[in-house]
Parts: sequence; C-alpha cells; structure tokens
Amino acid sequence: MRNSLVKFGQAIKLPGLSFGLAFTLTGLIIAFSDAKVLSKIGSPLTFIKSAVATAGNAYLALFQGSIFDINLTKGHNFFQGFYPLSETIVISTPLILTGLSVALAFKSGLFNIGAQGQFIFGAIGASYVGFHFHLPIVIHVIAAALAGMVLAAIWGGAVGLLKAKTGAHEVILTIMMNYIAGYFILWTLKTSQFLRPGRIDPIAPEVNQSARLPLLAGANLRIHAGIFIALAAAVFVWWLLTKTTIGYKFRSVGANSAASKTAGISVPFVLTATMAICGALAGLGGAVQVLGSEHALNADIAGSFGFDAITVALLGRAQPLGTVFAALLFGALHAGGRTMQSSTGVPLDIVLVTQALIVLFIAAPTFVRFVFRLKKINSSAGLTSKGWNG
Amino acid sequence: MSEIRSNVEKRRFRGVIVITGLSLFSLLYFGFLSPGKAKTTFGFVLNNEWVLIKEWIIASATGSKIFSGISLVASLLAILAYRKRIQVIVPVGVASFGILMSFITWAASGKFIPLTGLLQGALLLAVPLIFGSMSGLICERSGVINIAIEGQLLASAFVSGVVASLTHKTVWGLIAAPIAGAAISFLLATFAIKFSVDQVILGFVLNVLVIGLTDFLYKKLLVPYQNTWNTAPTFNKIELPILSKIPILGPIFFSQSIVVYIMFAIVASITYALFKTKWGLRTRAIGEHPTAADTVGIDVNKLRFKNVMIAGLVAGVGGAYYTVGSVGAFGKEMTAGAGFIALAALIFGKWSPIGAVFAALLFGFADNLQSTLTIIGVSIPSEFMLMVPYIATIIAVTGLVGRVRAPAADGIPYLRGGSH
Repeated sequence: MRNSLVKFGQAIKLPGLSFGLAFTLTGLIIAFSDAKVLSKIGSPLTFIKSAVATAGNAYLALFQGSIFDINLTKGHNFFQGFYPLSETIVISTPLILTGLSVALAFKSGLFNIGAQGQFIFGAIGASYVGFHFHLPIVIHVIAAALAGMVLAAIWGGAVGLLKAKTGAHEVILTIMMNYIAGYFILWTLKTSQFLRPGRIDPIAPEVNQSARLPLLAGANLRIHAGIFIALAAAVFVWWLLTKTTIGYKFRSVGANSAASKTAGISVPFVLTATMAICGALAGLGGAVQVLGSEHALNADIAGSFGFDAITVALLGRAQPLGTVFAALLFGALHAGGRTMQSSTGVPLDIVLVTQALIVLFIAAPTFVRFVFRLKKINSSAGLTSKGWNG
Repeated sequence: MSEIRSNVEKRRFRGVIVITGLSLFSLLYFGFLSPGKAKTTFGFVLNNEWVLIKEWIIASATGSKIFSGISLVASLLAILAYRKRIQVIVPVGVASFGILMSFITWAASGKFIPLTGLLQGALLLAVPLIFGSMSGLICERSGVINIAIEGQLLASAFVSGVVASLTHKTVWGLIAAPIAGAAISFLLATFAIKFSVDQVILGFVLNVLVIGLTDFLYKKLLVPYQNTWNTAPTFNKIELPILSKIPILGPIFFSQSIVVYIMFAIVASITYALFKTKWGLRTRAIGEHPTAADTVGIDVNKLRFKNVMIAGLVAGVGGAYYTVGSVGAFGKEMTAGAGFIALAALIFGKWSPIGAVFAALLFGFADNLQSTLTIIGVSIPSEFMLMVPYIATIIAVTGLVGRVRAPAADGIPYLRGGSH
C-alpha cells in the first residue's frame, strides 16, 4: 500500500510541478499586465498583495466559469449553479474527439495537424444530411454523423495515402489541407445548397429536430448526449490500440516502420488506415458540434478545436484516458476564460498561454527537473514525432 | 542506388507529362472551348518610370491561344530534353509561365490587368515569407526543425509595433524586432538543444504561446491605450536614383522601403555564407552528419544554438515588415499563418536559399493574382483562388518537382557519444 502510494507520488510529481509552474507564470503575466497592480510598484508589500489579489480573482472567475457558480443558483434551482460545468463539457466534447484523432496518429508515428480540416468536413457532411433529409428520429442522427465521418475519413485518409505513395510529410500536407478546408467551407456556405433561405451571411439552415442530439439536463443547460459519444470513442480507440491486430500494427509502425515492413506489415495500408480513422474521429467531432450544440453550419464552426486538439493530445500523452482528461481541462479553461474575461477584464486569450506552458513543461521533463533541482530518475521518454525524413 | 535514381526519374517524367497535359488543357479550354469574348489589356506603367510600352491590348482568345501554344511547344521540348537526359527545368518553367499567362488572359477578358503592379504586390506579399523561410533555412540546415517561424514573425511584429509607437521612431521598431525574434529563438534553442524536447512539438507549442501572449497583450494594452501603444509610424519608400526608373523592374525592386532592401542583402549574404564560407560548411556539416562534424572538432550544439539565434534575428526583421515596414499598427494575429507558408516555401525550395525565395515569390504571386482578379471582378470564386498556394505546395511535396529531402540530421538532438 505504502509502496503504491510512493509510486503514485512519483508518477504525479512532474505533471503536478508542470501545472504549478504554468499556472504561476500565467498568474504573473495577469498581475504584471494590470495597470492597477503596476501603479502600486512603489510599496513592495501592497504591490505583492494587489498582484496576488488580481491573479487570485482571475483564477476564481476561471473556476466560476468552468465548474460551479453559486450566484447562478439564486432564483433558480440549485442545478443551475452547474451551468458552467455544462458549458465545460459542451466545449470538451468535440475536443475529446479531435484530441483522440491526434493521439491515435501519434501512436502510429504520425503528427496529425489536420484535425481542423477533418473537423470541418465532418461538420459539412453532418449538416447537409441533417437539414436536407427527413428521416426517422434515431436513424437521422446516425446517418448525419456517419456522413460527416465518411467525408472526414476520406479527407484524412488522403493524407496517409499521399504520404505512403509519395513520401510527402504529413505535417506539411495537413497544414496545407487545413487551409484548403477553411476556404472550402467558406465557398460551401455561399452555394445555393447551403445558404439558408432569407439570409445572405454564411450560415446553413438549421438541422431538423430529428437529427439533433438529445439534451441531457433540460432546456436551460446545453449539455447534450455528444459527451457519451466522445467517451465511447475514447473506449473504442483504447480497444483498437490494445486489443486488436490492426491496432498492434499501428503501434508497431509507430515504433519502427522499417522493422514493421520487414516483419510483413503493409506500411502504406497502416498509414492510410490510421489517417482515415483519425479523420473519422475528428469528423465525428465536427458532426457532434453541429448536431449537438450549434445546430447549423457556420463559417466559424471549427473554432480552434482542431488546433487545441494537438495540445490536448500532447498533454494526454496520446493515451485515450489522458486525452479525455486533458480535453476536460482545456474545455474548462476555455469556458472559464469567457467568464474571467467578462467579470475581471482579463482577456480570454491568456488561456492559450496557460495551455502552451502546460504542454511545454510536460514535454520537457528534463527542464522541470532542472528548475526544481530534482534528481534524474529513470526518465520516461517524452512524446516524439518524426522529423521531415522520418 | 539505380533503383532510387529510376524512382526520381519516374517522378520527373510524371511532372513533364502533367505539364504537357495542362498545356493541352489550357489550349483547348481557354483557346477554343470557352474562349474569352473581349479584349484583355495589360498595363505596364506603375509610377514615374521611363515608359517603354504603356499597355498591351490583345483579344482574349487569341492571347490564350498564343500563350498556350508557347507552353505546348515548351512541354514538347521538355519531353525531348527528358529523353536526351538533359535538364528539363527551363522548358518546364517556360511551359508553366505560358499556362499561367494563358489563364490570366482568359480570366481577365474585357478587363485591365496592371502587370507591373501585380508583380510588385507579389514581391511585397512574399517579403515576410522570404524572411521566414531564411530563418527556417538557417535552423534546418544546422539540424534544428523550426516550426516556430510563425511565432517569431508574430512576436517581432508585435514588439516592433509597440516600440515604434512608444518611441515615435521607426528605426527603434526595426532594431527591437530582431531582438524579439531572437527571444523566441532562445526558447527554441534552449528547449530543443539543451533539454532535447521534440522539435516539431516544441515549435508548435511556441506558436501557441506567442499567439496567446500577443492576443492577450493586444486586448489588454494595445486596444485600450491605442494612442500611445499602437500608432507605429512607417518607413518611407526609398527610390533608388536611376535604377527605380527602369521599366517594370524599377518599381518592383528599386522603389521599396528599407526592409525590402535589407531582405535582398540578407538573402544574398546567406546564400554566399552558406556555400562559400567556413561557417556555411560547418553549418551544413552539423545538419547532415553531426557525429562527423564533432569528430573534426566542431562543437555541434554550440553552433546549432548560435545559428538558431541568428535565425531568430532574421525572422525578426521580417516581423518588423508587418508593422513599421508596411501598415504601422499591430493587428491581432496579423501574420495569419505566414510562418507556415514560409515553412512550405522552404520545403518547396528544397532547403536551398534561392529555391525558397522563388517558392515564396510564387506564393506571393498566387496570393496577389487572387486578390487582383477578385478586385477586377472575375467570375471564379475567390475561395478557390485562395486555395492555389496550398494546392501548389501539396503538388510540390508529393513529388511533382522531384525528390525533396531534408538535411539528414534535421530534428535529431545531438547527444555526444550517444546514439542518435
């Protein structure tokens, strides 16, 4: 028992220190960019007090905007206080799916920066089937989500196929394809098929009621059934990677593609299949965003879900469970960031800084050890991607 | 070896065939199937340069036929050259130019195309891309992958804008910008070289960090205190005497702000230094085979650190172009992905300075052609025009321009005595 506690402590020490360091640095930035704090620089004690208070207030607002806010319960039932938590989960749901897409690619030794583009195609496919067809209730949701997944799987799979056939690097391919997808959705929304009747701004018709994911906690909270889909996808990725032959092939190619080729694994097949599944996962994220919370395709549907997915997967160390937790954390940061911005005037964008710092420190365990003067223990290798020639 | 060679040749042949097909297509489509019905006017005069030809007017269909014809002949020459095993680059270049001109003549039927302005705009759009790709070049030739070009550009654009606003002097903005670029480089170098963090991931994270920080400070300082923090002055154009009077070339190359002239100097010196000096030889050595370089007494990690810092300075000047070099005030995420396009230009240009410059100019041209055609009201959806640089990059990296190979040790941390 004691042994396992020590082990747990060891395992959590570095991530804990990384988080602490990231939040401390962010707090310093918040405090030192505040005019009121800076005006007190003459007297050190009040200066420190005011700096701590400013950062503390920002973090309190972050918590109130992401988990629970007692003020929201006044005049409503107690449940309404969890409105922020519902928002956190709504933002986390697509993040889990795009994060899984990036994580699965890492397992096959691929760096999938293309979740953004795949997300867009998932959203386009789901939206079209959602508003264009009239289908029975459960079948419609499934058909719409599948349409999105198939489109995104083709878009993602093309990356794997091109890499396998021509040796082009997936990082460059996916960066370029993100831009192409970004312009494609702008064009799509202008076509007569997608333009909502009576509107000139780029927004598609709302998907039919039968194609929407059910809400989980009444009409006041936005939380919808998509979170279960995301969790199921995480279980699927875990199952695929650890319990199936194809997942073994994925990991084998990720570990050493030359050896895998010698052992008779078809590397082109693995690359294409991985990227197709990654595409489907990110596409499902887009579908869930349309069918669950937005209900209509718009030009900004993808937000930064595809890019945040990379930090999510990196923080989750490309493990399905880790990715889920990382997505929940970043979802909370985003939801809370909005409240922080509106109630304390600290711009939401600071959340990006926190994200980047967390991932940077997690990816650089040697740096964190260096900062805290820790002894070098059997260093677990950090996440790596392959260089241009890999 | 022979198998690799034949693969390269196969790919080159595929490229020649694609060009021939495109020439045929442009001749048939722009010349016969869907010819432009009016006249196309090309304008050549932009400023006060000496006038050689003012404009050139041609019936759109005839022009398309002529240019497509030129490209078809050039393609056939390329096939002949390929058969005789001589360089195909010149005829392929001519053919591509013909197809492009055929397309422009067709698309601008009944309209006026300011050709000199089109090229000048292309150069201006390429300026940050060229600085960025030079930064990437120095890093990657030394064996450090630099995905953080976007972050370097954005950070230095921000700092130069703020410093120039506070001091009311463009020159301080220009001096501060490289320092900001170098600061990002310092993070890149420290984490990549000292702490052996994966460089692709590191570069990505640094970009997020810079985007987050500049967005944050923009909203916190630059918007509320705009009058003091975000009113950067800009450099005036310097017209070089006589040179700026040369038709077409003058307005494009010799009537620019100081930042553009610095760019010419930097590109020339990097090209020279990389291939003709001791530093260049050592840099290429640590990028290709660090162990061998170490054996002959080169401190691999020290030189890498130094080179990454130089790269930051170079990208920094490019960042200054966004603010004091052109519009003055800093805008949120104003680099808009230029760092990634610069990276693509570097790869498109096969990690050579001249190649990267041409690739950047090509991207700049595609971008400017798109906006020019949109402004004069051409019926192609602008979104598709905007996709062109990215599609071109994909075509490039998937091998139509031949084999693209990064420096052998690019992205691999060097641990002395360890296996890498």
